[in-house]
Amino acid sequence: MAPLFPQLPKGPYYGILAEFATVPDLFHACERVRDAGFTRWDAHTPFPVHGLEAAMGLRRSPLPWIVLVTGLTGAGLGFLLQVWVHTSAYPLVISGKPYFSWPAFIPVTFELGVLFAAFGAVLGMLGLNRLPMLYHPLFRSKLFEGVTDDAFFISIESWDPRFDPASTRTLLESIGARSVELVES
Amino acid sequence: MAQTDAELLDTPLAGRPTLILRSPDFHSITEVVAEPVEGRTTIGWWLFFIPSFALLALLGVAVSWLFWEGIGVWGLNIPVGWAWDITNFVFWVGIGHAGTLISAILFLFRQKWRTSINRAAEAMTIFAVMCAMTFPGIHVGRVWVIYWVFPIPNQMSTWPNFRSPLLWDVFAVSVYGTVSVLFWYVGLIPDLAMMRDRAKTRVRKIAYGLFALGWRGSVRQWNHYESAYLVLAALATPLVLSVHSVVSMDFAVSLLPGWHTTVFPPYFVAGAIFSGFAMVVTLMVICRKAFGLEHIITLRHFDYMAKIMLVTGSMVGYAYATEFFTAWYSGNPYEMFTFRNRALGPYAWAYWIMVTCNVVSPQIFWFRKARTSIPILFVSSIVINIGMWFERFVIIVTSLHRDFLPSAWGYFTPTIWDVSCLLGSFGLFFTMFCLFVRFLPMVATSEVKTVLPQANPHASGGAH
Repeated sequence: MAPLFPQLPKGPYYGILAEFATVPDLFHACERVRDAGFTRWDAHTPFPVHGLEAAMGLRRSPLPWIVLVTGLTGAGLGFLLQVWVHTSAYPLVISGKPYFSWPAFIPVTFELGVLFAAFGAVLGMLGLNRLPMLYHPLFRSKLFEGVTDDAFFISIESWDPRFDPASTRTLLESIGARSVELVES
Repeated sequence: MAQTDAELLDTPLAGRPTLILRSPDFHSITEVVAEPVEGRTTIGWWLFFIPSFALLALLGVAVSWLFWEGIGVWGLNIPVGWAWDITNFVFWVGIGHAGTLISAILFLFRQKWRTSINRAAEAMTIFAVMCAMTFPGIHVGRVWVIYWVFPIPNQMSTWPNFRSPLLWDVFAVSVYGTVSVLFWYVGLIPDLAMMRDRAKTRVRKIAYGLFALGWRGSVRQWNHYESAYLVLAALATPLVLSVHSVVSMDFAVSLLPGWHTTVFPPYFVAGAIFSGFAMVVTLMVICRKAFGLEHIITLRHFDYMAKIMLVTGSMVGYAYATEFFTAWYSGNPYEMFTFRNRALGPYAWAYWIMVTCNVVSPQIFWFRKARTSIPILFVSSIVINIGMWFERFVIIVTSLHRDFLPSAWGYFTPTIWDVSCLLGSFGLFFTMFCLFVRFLPMVATSEVKTVLPQANPHASGGAH
């Protein structure tokens, strides 16, 4: 179980940041970094690039399972609330319907299922992404401000077992990085 | 290879369609979208904002007077117990539906052209739902006990009636509003990060930075993010269909001739999408001109939207005909009277305005010249929304004004406060929209960039 507020490991610097000029460059570089056996690394793009998760060797997000659970919880609670209200808390005969008139409870059950599922999707996404995290060492890099505009990056963290400042830099330069810099932690 | 609008329309769609003109690079998309937010406030913006805000103030006055004096300041009375209030409610909820259709349903159908307009359309949805929620909120006689609609434990030990479509409506509309805000906000996160990274002043850096939550555009983040976006789209799609279906059940579940029909849910949903697209066209015609977005929101986008208006407008026309057929085929004298009265009775003028605006006017979109003519699109979109407002008026008022006994017949006429509330709701809508285009990026840059050819990782690498 990951801690609620994750702490980055201590070290003199966070890692290494390499910029790539185009999407195809980044794509091929990701395949190379993946094949070199790095695990604590990431790519950064201004927009989702189709197929890059596979090039990085990432697995599918488990988010849909979170949504399934929260959605069913919402629908279940919504249904039970209505049953409880109409059979126990405040039973009233309305237009001759039975107290437990389940078909009439479907719309609210559905709406509450969707409501809980949507919150599950958003909060689950933020939790899996460790957001909000308003400060991050990568924000020290001036170049990194382009990540939401038109720049493409690979960052390799210094606590990756295969990390070595000199050889990792050489690797990134050899696979087409336009510029490489060390990022302090 | 800079294309013009006309050349674009003549290019067949194959492979990666050209949706954005002038072959921009990623940075120029960022620039053009950030400019209205970062630049100085223009005179044109004030020219829209001041009248909108004046109308919003009118809403404040009208609602205050309504609360002070009571529902009697409006023109409604038995037999017409619902009139402009619920007409405005259904009208505004309907407007919202196009935003969700564009952001969710077209996303599931992989319609890439939605990327240019989805942000603004989702904002429109949220503001329309805000306007919509105002009316059921203020139309109850004792507004200070409006919280009774929610299942809150209280000292009276009473609970709302979950078997009533009116309560379903409370849930449907409030869930719709909430989920729309969530969906919109998730879509905004990467663009808020863009505004943060571009910020020149500390205040902007902190304001956008807080809402961007520390987004780093990392592929691990995008992986979960895209999953969340897909899930939200999949949730919003049945939700949006359910919302107007539930709204229609406010009427259809009653036993009133003119309301008690099974065609209502699909008919209302089609009408909602129809009017919502008309509102998107109205807003986009203004925005693309005002903010120089003609190469991002192109004539091709308008062409597609006009086709949707043609289809949904014709579906609405078919539903009008179905209602008449069903009334005749039922053999029920009350049903038959209601519909004959609708087309030929005291409110025939409203009925024929509705038919002209909603069924006849969109037929012009059979012609491509009309679908790609900005003046025709702009005028038609306004005509359609006038028609769709009248549709709800016709359904509500003409069904009510002839009660079962002729002694209980009546005729509804609006008062100045009815008119003020309607105009004021437009003030609320346009004020919010003006603030939106001033403070938030109105085009989803992280989505538009994905449809550029250079976003393809295999562009130069041959086959995938």
